[in-house]
Amino acid sequence: MAKPPLLEVKNLRVEFPTRHGTLVAIDDLSLHIDPGEVLGVVGESGAGKSLTGAAIIGLLEPPGRIAGGEILFGGRRIDKLPDAEMRRIRGRHIGAIFQDPLTSLNPLHTVGRQITDTIAAHLPLTPRQARARALELLGEVGIPAAAERIDHYPHQFSGGMRQRVVIALALCADPKLIIADEPTTALDVSIQAQIIVLLKRLCSQHGSAIMLITHDMGVIAETADRVAVMYAGRIGEVGPVSEIIHKARLPYTIGLMGSIPSIGEEVERLVQIDGSMPRLNETPPGCRYHPRCPNAFERCRTERPDLMPAGPSRVACWLYDSPAEAPAARPIPAAARATGGHRARGAAAAATLIEAKGLKQYFDVSPPLLTRILERTGRRIVRAVDGLDISIAHGETFGLVGESGCGKSTVARTVVGLFDATAGTIDYDGVSLSTREERARNRSVQQKMQMIFQDPQASLNPRWRVFDIVAESIPEARRTKAGGFKERVGELLRQVGMSPLDGDKYPHEFSGGQRQRISIARALGGEPEFLVCDEPTSALDVSVQAQILNLMVDLQRNLGLTYLFISHDLAVVHHISTKVGVMYLGRIVEWAETRRLFTRPLHPYTRMLLDAVPDISKTGTQRAQVEGEVPSPIDPPGGCHFHPRCPFANARCRGESPENIMVEGTSVACHAVQEGRLPAWKTG
Amino acid sequence: MSQSAPIADSLDTAGLARRAWNSDLAYSFRRSKVTVVAGVITLIYMLSALFAPWVAPHDPYDLASVSIMDSFLPPAWIEGGDSRFLLGTDNVGRDVLSTIIHGSRISLGVGFASVFIAASLGVTLGLISGYVGGRLDAVIMRIAEVQLSFPDILIALLIDGVIRSILGPGAHGNIAFVVVIAAISLAYWVQFARTVRATTMVEKGKDYVQAARVAGKGTFYIMFKHLLPNVMGPVLVIATISLALAIVTEATLSFLGVGVPPTQPSLGTLIRVGNDFLFSGEWWITLFPGVALAIMGLSVNLLGDWLRDALNPKLR
Repeated sequence: MAKPPLLEVKNLRVEFPTRHGTLVAIDDLSLHIDPGEVLGVVGESGAGKSLTGAAIIGLLEPPGRIAGGEILFGGRRIDKLPDAEMRRIRGRHIGAIFQDPLTSLNPLHTVGRQITDTIAAHLPLTPRQARARALELLGEVGIPAAAERIDHYPHQFSGGMRQRVVIALALCADPKLIIADEPTTALDVSIQAQIIVLLKRLCSQHGSAIMLITHDMGVIAETADRVAVMYAGRIGEVGPVSEIIHKARLPYTIGLMGSIPSIGEEVERLVQIDGSMPRLNETPPGCRYHPRCPNAFERCRTERPDLMPAGPSRVACWLYDSPAEAPAARPIPAAARATGGHRARGAAAAATLIEAKGLKQYFDVSPPLLTRILERTGRRIVRAVDGLDISIAHGETFGLVGESGCGKSTVARTVVGLFDATAGTIDYDGVSLSTREERARNRSVQQKMQMIFQDPQASLNPRWRVFDIVAESIPEARRTKAGGFKERVGELLRQVGMSPLDGDKYPHEFSGGQRQRISIARALGGEPEFLVCDEPTSALDVSVQAQILNLMVDLQRNLGLTYLFISHDLAVVHHISTKVGVMYLGRIVEWAETRRLFTRPLHPYTRMLLDAVPDISKTGTQRAQVEGEVPSPIDPPGGCHFHPRCPFANARCRGESPENIMVEGTSVACHAVQEGRLPAWKTG
Repeated sequence: MSQSAPIADSLDTAGLARRAWNSDLAYSFRRSKVTVVAGVITLIYMLSALFAPWVAPHDPYDLASVSIMDSFLPPAWIEGGDSRFLLGTDNVGRDVLSTIIHGSRISLGVGFASVFIAASLGVTLGLISGYVGGRLDAVIMRIAEVQLSFPDILIALLIDGVIRSILGPGAHGNIAFVVVIAAISLAYWVQFARTVRATTMVEKGKDYVQAARVAGKGTFYIMFKHLLPNVMGPVLVIATISLALAIVTEATLSFLGVGVPPTQPSLGTLIRVGNDFLFSGEWWITLFPGVALAIMGLSVNLLGDWLRDALNPKLR
């Protein structure tokens, strides 16, 4: 070897001693990063990605400890260094960026002080020089008016801006390696795109290598040079990014890739990996993936595979072992995705099931009366939903997308009646359910709407048995033994792919995906026609997300359900929806049939979102950078809400709010479209 | 996934005991020596209080067995002591050890009863306050805050005095117990209400409550079926700590002479009675009940501290 790698991890083992025995979180893991390289580390939650990062920078939380192996940085062993020396390496030679920009800055110090302090700790600079360098860094990471903002406190910055400051902080001593642990996960898609572009550009300018830890294959696809796929504390496959994305060899990677919905293709069902990652205390012998692996054979069950070469990649899988084992006898797996006709897409127009008109939901967040009088401030109203029209036909899936704070969840909650709408009407199958009185009068109609929630941790009462949770939405009249009450709950559990025996357990005994299934079973208990799904898969891993999305598709077909599907993930919405509405600051700016919206978007905001999405089909491509962030719904910009971020805005956009107009089957609210000022959308 | 038999049909008690022993709570209990000691002492107190007539060597309230000839005997190990009376006798010849055992029975009884009432009241008001919110919440919380700005013992004295003056001077005997219990519970409900309100406000935002609302469940159903089980953790902690406080408060009231009737003396009464003889040299009459009270209060308090740490996920 000519040049030693920048970072080399050899046979790393991380353990957590507990009173039930020692849990091995990372087992015999080896990897290396070359100077200036971007290594993506992907895996589902619990795979040990973050722990690997923490072990490298010496920030393992006790009682976790490195129990074996070595970590070499620039040829020097750093895993056994005393704290004081490790501190000199951290920040100076290895920088770190963490997930949550809200908590990784000290709220009591100005950002300038935090950066100059870090510089002073690592570089021999005078305070004046340090400040100059801090200013330069803030400019580099794209903070506008850096000279002024350097003396601001973190709370005066938005989430995206804060993450930029964190990047500046990580870069301030020109480290050779940056460990970025989910740097974009807490951000909106449009911001995410900005940060990825920034991170990539800065690191190539500074010649820093990055270890990019994320669960998002889209981010990896665009950013990384090489990818390591982790599963249950071990690396399953490592290789160049295009190999991993397009020619994955490990059955797990193949399944994972197939389970990610992509905007680039339409599929009936996603590839589904059954089961979930084993918990640390029940890792199976042999290959850890074998219980879920469709290609597993005898050897996988007993013998643990180590990384072995397979093409340009290296794979820990017995399928790729020496030819003496006659691999031809075993099929090398291929991605099996059922492509073809998309369900219900372009189907004949069905009758309208639910229709909301002019829906408004305002929240009063005013300070108390006395404060208002003393400080001479007026009321503060959040216009979460501000004049929204929506109509969903029988059997349709209406996808609602938008960035956080645009009012998607409020729409969901207002539609099912958790909030009383400030204004507007909601008609369900011809029955008006606009007010609380109307809903109370039409209980049986109201019952036909049920809801699935985002967070499977919070949506199930932790003190209830699963049986009681599922039984909750079954109407009182059916809660008799004669009515087959107990059997009904069992049937509901079976419908979502669980066993009736699970009814005796408590929610904490289940994984996130299973809990989401229970949540769906509960919603089905009310025999609904219409399900409102508020980000039902965003808290789940991709392979589990695929299971839930497939389940929802099956249920829709079998029970004739209609969905309102809310998500910030364009690829998921693209996969499941028949119609899509794009929301921005409380209004739907564009809606159309799914294929139409994704191939011929009209509204500048929709185009911006489509540009921003990290998608595995964009491996190695450059992205268009998106400017600006979502403004506050308390004080939205006048005229068209989107005008401050819109490249096509003119005086009319600033002053006049656009109406929805129909253009070739797309409903869009944009002056530029109406006036024909908008350039055509790039195709292909 | 492990298979489990239907719950209602077969309750595997041995398995349940094993699960309890292996639970995190039991583990943290075993790990802390101080807590184990406090737990054992509390258990001894409770058992001896429960079985006082059988545990106590004498019956201090059986006038036939008490002899004035035995009065003012010092503890057994001091010269002049009598081996029949381990901790000596008081001014009328009652065995101090027996009066302590019978006294702690009353102290614990009053303590448990008042904490139970205070908790029921506080939890209900806290749930309503936190879940319903609005004006009702404001009214309940302002009352709580006003009450919180006075010392507990002052509140208890005040309530005690008010009830007594309503009932008239003849209110003795069993009614006195009721008065004391009422006074102490009204002094201690605030902590429960405030904590339960705070927990309720966190829990009511969670999606399982929204799901119940979508399913069309009513306010009281959600409050008592969904929220109540989820706010009980902190309640258990406060109840244990309040138990120690309630015992001491009852002792203080009795010491001041406004507590339980002198015919059925609690530890506080015993301390007051003994106090009169402190300066004439008969120190044991007041010291031993005092020590008994201190140990009881301390043990229960330590248990409460452990429970708070063990149930608080932030400290784990």
